[in-house]
Amino acid sequence: MSEGQVKKIMYVNRKAPYGTIYALESLEVVLIAAAFDQDVSLAFMDDGVYQLKKGHQTKGIEVKNFQPTYRALDDYDINKLYVEKEALEARGLSEEDMCVPVEVMSAAEIGKLMEEQDVLLSF
Amino acid sequence: MNLGILVNEGPYTHEASDSAYHFCKAALASGHQIQRVFFYHDGVNNATRLTEPPQDDRHIVNRWSKLAADNKLDLVVCVAAALRRGIKDENLAAGFRISGLGQLIESSIQADRMVTFGD
Amino acid sequence: MLHIVNKSPLERNALDSCLAAAQQGAAVLLIEDGVYAATRGHAAEGKLQAALSRLEIYVLTPDLEARGMAQSLAEGVKPVDYAGFVELVVKHKNCQSWL
Repeated sequence: MSEGQVKKIMYVNRKAPYGTIYALESLEVVLIAAAFDQDVSLAFMDDGVYQLKKGHQTKGIEVKNFQPTYRALDDYDINKLYVEKEALEARGLSEEDMCVPVEVMSAAEIGKLMEEQDVLLSF
Repeated sequence: MNLGILVNEGPYTHEASDSAYHFCKAALASGHQIQRVFFYHDGVNNATRLTEPPQDDRHIVNRWSKLAADNKLDLVVCVAAALRRGIKDENLAAGFRISGLGQLIESSIQADRMVTFGD
Repeated sequence: MLHIVNKSPLERNALDSCLAAAQQGAAVLLIEDGVYAATRGHAAEGKLQAALSRLEIYVLTPDLEARGMAQSLAEGVKPVDYAGFVELVVKHKNCQSWL
């Protein structure tokens, strides 16, 4: 296949969970990507930061709660999670509200990281 | 140049599939290669042969099938997303194949560029 | 790099988010409903005008024409066809679609 080739791949998440399937199916891509030994990072911007808001309880809507999966990412050596500072602030959230360890940075800083990527996948 | 394409929306509701199609056609006309077109999320609905638009409308599914046949394109539908939405081999349009998400990752590694079309 | 925006600036924040992240000298291509941002006289016009000083802004002509907005193209925005879209993708190292 593509042995030896390591690309910088960033997954950009800008959508809230449950209202649409994008967050869940994006996470499914990330889990598969882990097996390819690439340089993977995840950016959470805009409503995407709601994906990491602690305390999802989905029993009432009968949808699988996929929040525990974010906590498993570290086991797959996926630990570059960037959260947009302005998005948190605009939503009255802070780093403590996040269900996993993240690095909070400005949109411009995330934009700078985007420039460094080989591939950006957005859902 | 070798281009990878990701289509995240189904036909007709969103323009994404149209945009991706026109992009692919223009790329091929300019002498580039399409490494793969990967259909994900509702994008898998581009692959059902049961689609029947009115006669005066474009046939998005058949258009993809023809583009694939004419240019030997690899049109891949994500299996997990497809099964969720009732897309199976029995209703799969010509030129499409169902496979795993690994095909998307592989495409993003092998292609020189990856372009996403969605909502 | 190339940023692609396909949302109307009056309905969604995709353009705002794109402009906040885009680095000096980057290219922004407006397609689908994103083309409305490239026209004159709307409430979000100022944002695009401000961005023109530091970013290359392109608009996909077929989408602009389809919406009856070809006559309203804002000054400084460069129109491209699908072949031009392909060229932009080829020319830039990577691209991000602000879906």
